[in-house]
Amino acid sequence: MSDAKFFQRGKIHELRLELNSDKKDKNHTRKKATLKKIVANMTMGNDMSSLYPDVIACMAIPVLEVKKMVYLFLINYAKGKPEMALEAIPTFRRDVEDPNPMIRALAIRTMGYIHVDKVTTCLIQPLRHCMRDQDPYVRKTAAVCVAKLFLQDRHLVENAGFIELLRDMLVDSNPSVVANAVAALTEISERSDHIQLKLNMAIASKLVTALNECSEWGQTYILESLMFVVPQEPGDAEMLAERIAPRLQHANSAVVLTAVKVIVYLMNYMSKDEDIANMCKKLSPPLVTLLSSGPEVQYVGLRNILLVVQKHPDILKNDIKIFFCKYNDPIYVKMAKLEIMFRLASEHNVEQVLSELKEYATEIDVDFVRKAVRSIGRLAVKIESTAQKCVEALLELIQTKVNYVVQESIVVIKDIFRKYPNQYESIIGLLCENLDNLDEPEAKAAMIWIIGQYADRIENSDELLEDFLFTFLEETVEVQLALLTATVKLFIKRPTAGQELVPRVLKWATEEVDNPDLRDRGYIYWRLLSTDVAAAKAVVLSEKPHISTETDNMDPVLLEELLMHIASLSAIYHKAPTTFIPHCKPRFLIPSPTLRRQNYGPGRLIHQDSYEHLYSNNGEDEFDATAKQPHHQRLSYHEQSFEQVAEASIGNQQYYEQKINAENPYRTDTTAASANKGGGVDLMSFDL
Amino acid sequence: MISALFIYNQKGEVLISRLYRQDLKRSIADTFRIQVISTTDIRSPIITLGSTSFFHVRHENLYIVAVTKWNANAALIFEFCYRVINIGRSYFGKFDEVAVKANFVLIYELLDEVLDLGYPQNSEADTLKMYITTESINSERAIMEDSAKITIQATGATSWRRSDVKYRKNEAFIDIIESVNLLLSVQGNTLRSDVAGQILMRAYLSGTPECKFGLNDKVLLEKDPERRKTSNTVEIDDCQFHQCVKLGKFDSERTISFIPPDGEFELMRYRTSDNINLPFKVHPVVTEVGKSKIEYRILVKANFSSKLYANNVVLNIPTPLNTAGVTCSVPTGKAKYVPAENSIVWK
Repeated sequence: MSDAKFFQRGKIHELRLELNSDKKDKNHTRKKATLKKIVANMTMGNDMSSLYPDVIACMAIPVLEVKKMVYLFLINYAKGKPEMALEAIPTFRRDVEDPNPMIRALAIRTMGYIHVDKVTTCLIQPLRHCMRDQDPYVRKTAAVCVAKLFLQDRHLVENAGFIELLRDMLVDSNPSVVANAVAALTEISERSDHIQLKLNMAIASKLVTALNECSEWGQTYILESLMFVVPQEPGDAEMLAERIAPRLQHANSAVVLTAVKVIVYLMNYMSKDEDIANMCKKLSPPLVTLLSSGPEVQYVGLRNILLVVQKHPDILKNDIKIFFCKYNDPIYVKMAKLEIMFRLASEHNVEQVLSELKEYATEIDVDFVRKAVRSIGRLAVKIESTAQKCVEALLELIQTKVNYVVQESIVVIKDIFRKYPNQYESIIGLLCENLDNLDEPEAKAAMIWIIGQYADRIENSDELLEDFLFTFLEETVEVQLALLTATVKLFIKRPTAGQELVPRVLKWATEEVDNPDLRDRGYIYWRLLSTDVAAAKAVVLSEKPHISTETDNMDPVLLEELLMHIASLSAIYHKAPTTFIPHCKPRFLIPSPTLRRQNYGPGRLIHQDSYEHLYSNNGEDEFDATAKQPHHQRLSYHEQSFEQVAEASIGNQQYYEQKINAENPYRTDTTAASANKGGGVDLMSFDL
Repeated sequence: MISALFIYNQKGEVLISRLYRQDLKRSIADTFRIQVISTTDIRSPIITLGSTSFFHVRHENLYIVAVTKWNANAALIFEFCYRVINIGRSYFGKFDEVAVKANFVLIYELLDEVLDLGYPQNSEADTLKMYITTESINSERAIMEDSAKITIQATGATSWRRSDVKYRKNEAFIDIIESVNLLLSVQGNTLRSDVAGQILMRAYLSGTPECKFGLNDKVLLEKDPERRKTSNTVEIDDCQFHQCVKLGKFDSERTISFIPPDGEFELMRYRTSDNINLPFKVHPVVTEVGKSKIEYRILVKANFSSKLYANNVVLNIPTPLNTAGVTCSVPTGKAKYVPAENSIVWK
C-alpha cells in the first residue's frame, strides 16, 4: 500500500472529523490513515497544532505505529502548547514501566525531545532508573537522554548526579552504551562552563579496548573523546597512537579522519622524532584512500589533507599525482586539489605540476581557471628554477586574450617582478597591449604598480598613467592608492613627464576623496616632495622587502588549533571554531611533561613553566568529568588558558566573553549570545 | 551534531523533515531551498550561513540534507547521509521521490531509530529490518515478542548480523572487482595510474561463523623499495575493511578475520599503484574545426595477448556542455550521443 496519496493538503476540520468519527474502525485502519495525513501535512509545513487534543486522544490506542506517529506529533508541537503536553504524561509514565525494553526506550527518548518543564520533571526519576536498566538498549538511549536534558536545563543535570551516572557507564559491559555515554559526556563538556572532560590513561586504555567492539559511529565518538587525554608519562602517547592506528583501515571515513586527528594530536606528546616519522608513514595511505570515496567525503578529506601537510610536509610528498584533477570531479573537489598540488610542489615534481596547471588554465569554470593561473604565478615565486617556464606559460595565457585569464596573469606577474627584479622586464611591452581590457581592481592596481615601478623603462608611461587617471575619482580605493604611488614614482624617475600629473593627483587625493588612508598618503607625498626631493626618492624608491610564498602559510597557532579539529567544519573552512560557532570552547595543547616545545616563531614561544601550577592544580591523572572541583581551581584553569591564547595572539572577542562567563557562572549565556550575534560570519562567500 | 534532517525533491519540496534539537526551527528548511536548490551553481556540498551549516548529498532526484549549528564532524555527517541512502535502497529497492512519498511514515520511524539527538546509532539495515518493517503489523509483533533479542542485536558487538540465520546449504561467494584508473596527458604520458579493487562477498552461512581470509606471501602491505626490485610481489598501498573485520588482528597478525553480515557486502577495498598493466591504450586526437565545430579521433588498442578477449567494452567520451549535435562514424561497434550525460557512448 502506498502512502503517497496522503501527501496533499488536508483541511483541519475534516481531519478532526475523521479522527473523531464513530464509524467502525477495524484494527484502527481509519485512525492510522488520518494520522498519516496529519504527519504528511506536518512535513509539508502546514500547521496542525490545533489538532492537538484530538491527536492526544489517540494515545490510548494500543498500536505501536499509532503511538509513534502521536509521539512525532508531540515532538513537533509540544513546545508551542505546553499545557497540552501534560495530557500525555500519564501515558509516558505507563510506558517507562513497560516490561518491553523497546517501549521503555521509546518513551524516554521521546520525553527527552519534549522541552516542557513539567514533562522534564517527570523524566528525571525514570531516567535514573533507565540508566541502570538491565537492557543495554534502554541504557544507551538513557545516556543520550542525559545530553538532551543538559541542553534543556544544565543546572539540573549538573546537580542531580547524572554526570556521575554517565561516568559509571564508561565501564559498561556493552560497547554501544559506552559509546553513547562518551558522546554525551563529550557534548556536555564542550558546552558546559564548569565541566571539563578529562581522561586518564587507564580510562583511555579501556575505551580503546571497547573500540574493537563498537559500531562505526561508536568508534567515532570514542576516538573523539580521546582528544581529552593528556599524556603525562613518556611512552603514553606512542602506546595510544599505536593502538589507534588500526582504525585507519576502517571503511568509514569518519572513523579514519577522527583517528588521524587523534594521532596528529598525540604526536605533539611524542619525544622521539623517529616515532613521529613512523606515524606519519602510517597516515599517508589512508588519507589518499579517502579520495576514492564519494565526492563530498573527498572534499572533506582534501581540506583536511591541506592542514596535515602543512604541519607534517613529509606526509604525501611523493603522492602528488593522486591530486591531479579528473575532468569530471565536482568543482569543489578540483579547487581543493589545486591547492594541495601547489602545496606539495617541489623541485622534483614541478614539471608535472606546471603542465597540469597549464591544462587547467584552459578549462571552462572561471574560478577554477583563475586559481590555476594564480597557482602558476605562485609556483614561479615558490620555486626559482621553474620561474622562467612559469613566465612563459603565463605569456602564452595572456595571448589567449581571454579577459579574466589576462587579468589574473597580470596580478601574479607583478609578484614575479618583485621576487626576481631585472629578469623578466622584457615582457612589459606585451602586458601593455592589454591595458584596455582591465576592469577588475586587483588587476588594475597590479598593472599600475608595474607601470610606476618601471616608469623609466616604459616609454609612454606618462600617457598610460594619464589614461588610468582619467577615471581616478570613480576607482576603488585599492586602485586609487596604486595610482597615487605610481604617479609619484613617475615624477621622481622622470620629473618632466610627471610634473603635470602629480599636482593633479595629489589635489584629488587630499581634497576630493574621503578615504583617510588615501588622504594621509597624499599629504605625506606632498610634504615629502615639497621639502626634500632626495628624501622623497629614498622613501618612495626604497628597496622592497623580499616576498616569498611563505606568506601563504597559515598562522602556526591557528594551524595547531585547526589540527585539533580535523574532520570538523572548522577544519574545512580553515577558521577557528570560536569565530563562527557561539559558545564554543577553544582547544589548545594542554601542557604536560611530555609536550614537545612548539615553535611558533619569535615572540610566540609558549612557555612551559607558566603552566606548571595550573597543571598541578588540576590534579594528576585523575579522571575528572565532574563538577566536583572547587570553583577557584576551574578559574585558574581558564585564566591560564586565557593567558596562553592571548599570548599566542588569537584571543578574540568571543574568548573574552567566555572567560567572563567562566568567571561568573551565574551570568547567563545571553550576554555571550548577544555578543556573538554580530560576530556570525557569512561563510558562503568564503574564498576556498 | 546533526540538528535536523531533511529530504527534498528536485523542486525543493520537503518530503521528510525531522528536527532533533531545539536550536533551530522548521522554517530553516526554506533557507536551504532558497540558498541551494534554487541556485544553479553550487560550489560546495557544505554551506554555512551564520552559525548554521547545511550538508547536502544528492541521490536520484532527492536532496538529503543534514543541518547542524555545531562544529560537527563533517566526515561523519556525509557518511551518515550515504548511509541513509543505503538503508533506503535496502528497504525500498530504489530510493527516490516516489519511494520516499510512499513510505514516509516508515522513514520517520527509521530516522527516529538511527539518529538520537543527532548522534547516529545502529544503522545496519539487516538489524533494523528485525523490528521496523514495511508491514507495520509484523514489526509490532516482532517488538512484542522478541524485543530482548532485538535490543541485544541492536547494541551488541556484531550489530550487522542476526544470530538466528539458518541455511540448509552453507555457501559463500567472493568476487573481486578491480577498476584501473588512468590519467594521460595530452602528449600521451601516463600522469597517474592506479588500481582500486574491491572484494565483494556473498555469504549464506548459518549461525555466527568466524571467517578468515588469507593473503598470500606475494602481497606486501608495506612499501619496501629494496624488495620491490628483487621479487615479483604485488604491493598494496592501502586497504580498508568492512566494519565486521577485526582491525586489531589484521594489524598484528595480518589475517583478515571476521563474522560476515548475511548476504552481500564489501569485505575490503584496496589500492595499488605499482606495475599496472593497462588493458587498453587510448589515443585521442582533438582538432578544432572552426569556431563551432570540433573533431575527435579516438583510437583504442588492446594491450593484452590475442588469446584473451574483453567483454562489455564501453567508451564514454565527454562532450562540451553546449554540444548541439554529433555525427559519429565507427568501423565497429555502435556509437551514440547521450545528451543527458554530455557524452558519446560507444559499445
